[in-house]
Amino acid sequence: MPDVTYLRPRDVAHAVRLCEGTPDARPLGGGTDLMVMLHAGTIRPRALVDLWSLAELKGIRRVDGGVEVGAAEPYTGIIGSALVEEHCPALVAASRTIGAAQIQNRGTLGGNLANASPAGDTLPVLLAADAIVVTDRRTIPVADFFTGYRKTALGVGELIVAVRLPAGARGVRFRKVGTRAAQAISRVVVAVNREPARIAFGSVAEVPLRARSAEASLARGDVAGAVAAVAADIRPIDDVRSTAEYRRTVAQNVLRHLLGD
Amino acid sequence: MRFVLNGNTVSLDVSGSRRLLDVLREDLRLTGTKEGCGEGECGACSVLIDGEVVNSCLVAVGQVEGCNVVTVEGLAAPDGTLSHLQQTFIERGAAQCGICTPGMLLATHALLEQNPRPSEDEVRVGLAGNLCRCTGYTKIIDAVVACRM
Repeated sequence: MPDVTYLRPRDVAHAVRLCEGTPDARPLGGGTDLMVMLHAGTIRPRALVDLWSLAELKGIRRVDGGVEVGAAEPYTGIIGSALVEEHCPALVAASRTIGAAQIQNRGTLGGNLANASPAGDTLPVLLAADAIVVTDRRTIPVADFFTGYRKTALGVGELIVAVRLPAGARGVRFRKVGTRAAQAISRVVVAVNREPARIAFGSVAEVPLRARSAEASLARGDVAGAVAAVAADIRPIDDVRSTAEYRRTVAQNVLRHLLGD
Repeated sequence: MRFVLNGNTVSLDVSGSRRLLDVLREDLRLTGTKEGCGEGECGACSVLIDGEVVNSCLVAVGQVEGCNVVTVEGLAAPDGTLSHLQQTFIERGAAQCGICTPGMLLATHALLEQNPRPSEDEVRVGLAGNLCRCTGYTKIIDAVVACRM
């Protein structure tokens, strides 16, 4: 492996300058995805800009009407947060399903978003919660954040600073289907909200997505219609973890269960 | 760079992007930490950073600058006397081939520090990130339960 320069910025502004000014620089959080890709050679950055210990990216705080989670706050912090439990219990539930203690101690919401894996376990929860991605320069509704397979709306050198959960996040419900309880990459992730009507999925398309026609049915109170509409909203594939047919069937069954019909 | 390793300060001149696992094993010759999967699934490379259990294959060594790192070599007393936890693993047959044992010990250590009286279910959750390829989970969990305060 060619040597990769390790850079440790003083603060977020410094990190942004390093990311903008260093060719092929990658921001590094807890490393749970990036270090695997780096070691396997599937990414070949010239530099890592380490965000892990930046105080500005840590912590969980109340903001008007909701809660804001620092981009580099690990899942363990989210799981232990009474504030997140009160405002978005589904995010706590999702965080508990990620890996196990070792991964929960290092994995972060900022990393889950930036890597934009279609199987990212928290991402459907953030979509169903109408979460807002706060970057060093603007805010991006999470619904507009995923632009393609592992692609995001972030610009060059743009860093995620926090994730804002609005008041409506409290009603989100979540279910992950994997091969076992711990250390499993999901086969289907579902998150729903009743008010406003939100239905979001992971692992059923090239991006985590909202099922828009199913949401339209749910908004009219038509649960059966929402479940039926999912088939056209998602684009599952056959891969090592599951089949398209399994994912389509399970997505609909889990949605029906979550909507209590 | 500097960090505290098993109670002693170490200074190293290494690239910060290398894996902590490789620096421990290759540069510092602490081979108690094992590499299993190399992708954060198996927990064989578990170490403690500031008391929290992490997979050392997923940590860039630059990230432990100024931190307190404990490997399995740091669990025994300086004279080699095993900790109560290590001794109990031996007595209860909780180690078979041994590959997962260092990681199991460190994950258990972190669990018992945070929760001195875990239920059996809490032990299972606390050790869910550590795979035993011999599938000797029953004796491992028995040993941890026997070590509860």
